[in-house]
Amino acid sequence: MEELRKVYKMGSVDIYALRGISLDINHKEFVSIMGPSGSGKSTLMNIIGCMDRPTDGRYLLEGVDIRSLGKDELAHIRNKRIGFIFQGFNLLPRHTAMENVELPLLYNGIAGKQRRERAMEALSKVGLAGRAGHFSTQLSGGEQQRVAIARALVKNPPLILADEPTGNLDSRTSTEVMEILQTLNEKNGITIILITHEKDIALFSKRIIKLRDGEVESDSIIEEPIRAVEFTGEKR
Amino acid sequence: MRGLNQIYMVVKIALRALGRNKMRSALTMLGVVIGVGAVIAMVAVGQGASKAVQAQIASMGSNVLMVHSGSSFHGGVRGGAGSVTTLTGDDARAIEKECSAVDLVAPTLRTATQVISSNQNWSTMIIGTTPSYQFIRSWPVESESGSFFKQSDQDGASKVAVLGKTVSDNLFGSQDPINQTVRIWKIPFRVIGVLSGKGQSAQGQDQDDIVIVPLSTMQKRILGVTNIGSIFVSARTPEDTFVAQQQITDLLRQRHHIQPGQDDDFSIRNFTDVAATADATTRILTILLGSIASVSLVVGGIGIMNIMLVSVTERTREIGIRMAEGARERDILIQFLVESAVISILGGLIGILLGTGISYLISSFAEWPTLISKGSIILAFLFSGSVGLFFGFYPAFRASRLEPAEALRYE
Repeated sequence: MEELRKVYKMGSVDIYALRGISLDINHKEFVSIMGPSGSGKSTLMNIIGCMDRPTDGRYLLEGVDIRSLGKDELAHIRNKRIGFIFQGFNLLPRHTAMENVELPLLYNGIAGKQRRERAMEALSKVGLAGRAGHFSTQLSGGEQQRVAIARALVKNPPLILADEPTGNLDSRTSTEVMEILQTLNEKNGITIILITHEKDIALFSKRIIKLRDGEVESDSIIEEPIRAVEFTGEKR
Repeated sequence: MRGLNQIYMVVKIALRALGRNKMRSALTMLGVVIGVGAVIAMVAVGQGASKAVQAQIASMGSNVLMVHSGSSFHGGVRGGAGSVTTLTGDDARAIEKECSAVDLVAPTLRTATQVISSNQNWSTMIIGTTPSYQFIRSWPVESESGSFFKQSDQDGASKVAVLGKTVSDNLFGSQDPINQTVRIWKIPFRVIGVLSGKGQSAQGQDQDDIVIVPLSTMQKRILGVTNIGSIFVSARTPEDTFVAQQQITDLLRQRHHIQPGQDDDFSIRNFTDVAATADATTRILTILLGSIASVSLVVGGIGIMNIMLVSVTERTREIGIRMAEGARERDILIQFLVESAVISILGGLIGILLGTGISYLISSFAEWPTLISKGSIILAFLFSGSVGLFFGFYPAFRASRLEPAEALRYE
């Protein structure tokens, strides 16, 4: 039941579209999707994230065909099943870290006390419990991205989708973020799909899928992923 | 219930979003504040005027009819109303006895002359009438020691006078005029009362510039005549005035032997007509002022729509984030609707305060009576709320139809 399978085919005349991609991503995998710009990474990411529907082909998320679902049902899946981490962090301006993390729970109708507890718990996991009351603009880039990870985590999702999560960060904070993602993958068994164009970052994952011109160019397993914890030297 | 809770959360989100952008919220609100304020103030001015007019009409005496003697007609030359003296005291008594819709009757006779006190004089209008007059005109005597004259004064042609407030002020100033003597055509009259102030009539005359004496005294001692000038009549109820008018017309035509087809030799003025006209005029004034003011409310609503549209564009990314985190279309729709509704309702409340303040200022500085009715407040409030929903709907709809993937990409 917990198995995440994805079969995806798409045929289209659009230049940017995907031209028939078939993938299987299993539960508890840590996959990197790589490719130059225009290779269809973002389109694929939007479809995996249930923000867009394929014009053709099938996408099964946990055995459910996404194309058969309405917009509200997609919103519900985004709210419960998928955590998002973006390159630009995408935190709400003029809102505190706490309020940002609470956001998915608000749309899930979870009431006050329980909501705050869960948000605080998620912030603790990324080591930001002490900054809950800070506005997102008062936080550093690394901290903002950790708030975003907390916002993804608070949903307890089986899948986290990270779109260039380190694109706006320096190498040290990038490694920190990757360490968190690795921990989540290994300890919490969360499936992670990482979209990046940086080879260094992709090497933290266990499997790399390369895209080119809307098709899968290569799909390889990394035998020895880099251990981020060895760089940061932190113990979690 | 997930649904209800959800709406509660979205309302909370909307309030939070408004709070995070106080300046923009306040400026948007300003349009509604001014609109509602203008409506409240203008309607208050109009209704105040209308109430003032009604008060004036009431001061003439409610359900009052005036029967004047007719105009003379000699060789093609017509005199004015009252130029012939066709009405008699018997006519007045007949009206009182025979017309069922009539309550009280007061025959009157008037003349303009000088009134002299010990050291002052004043030219005014003397009215000779019967005690019913003060009840028809609902015109009480002012001080406790004073009184209106009685039927016995009328029967005995007593030399007693009741002064209007203006006359009393001019002849006696701050002195108590009761039991003082005034002379009219060299005849001494004892002052027995002063009438309470009635102010200006609808025609702008000072109604208090008057001296009232018994009709018999007026006829025998002052003018030396037996006829009367006009008859004040009160109908039993305001609705009865038209019936009374018809009954009086029929009775007088019969008594004066007027053939069918011939003109009346008298005329009847109905104050209810005057009242209705004045009332309609001020009502039109109220509607006019109110509708001019509502234009500014509509402009305020367009202001909301404008800001909300800009805000939807400006917050496209925010909408994208919310959608990625699980907001459904209707969550976004409700959020933006609630935002504009809150702006307009809050603006409406502040506008009601503003309008009340403005009308208070108008009445205290411009000395124009204003009246703030519950109705205008409720109306303005409901109107501003629906303005917010109406003009907020389109921007909210646009926001809700954004594609999450595109909205997130928006810079």
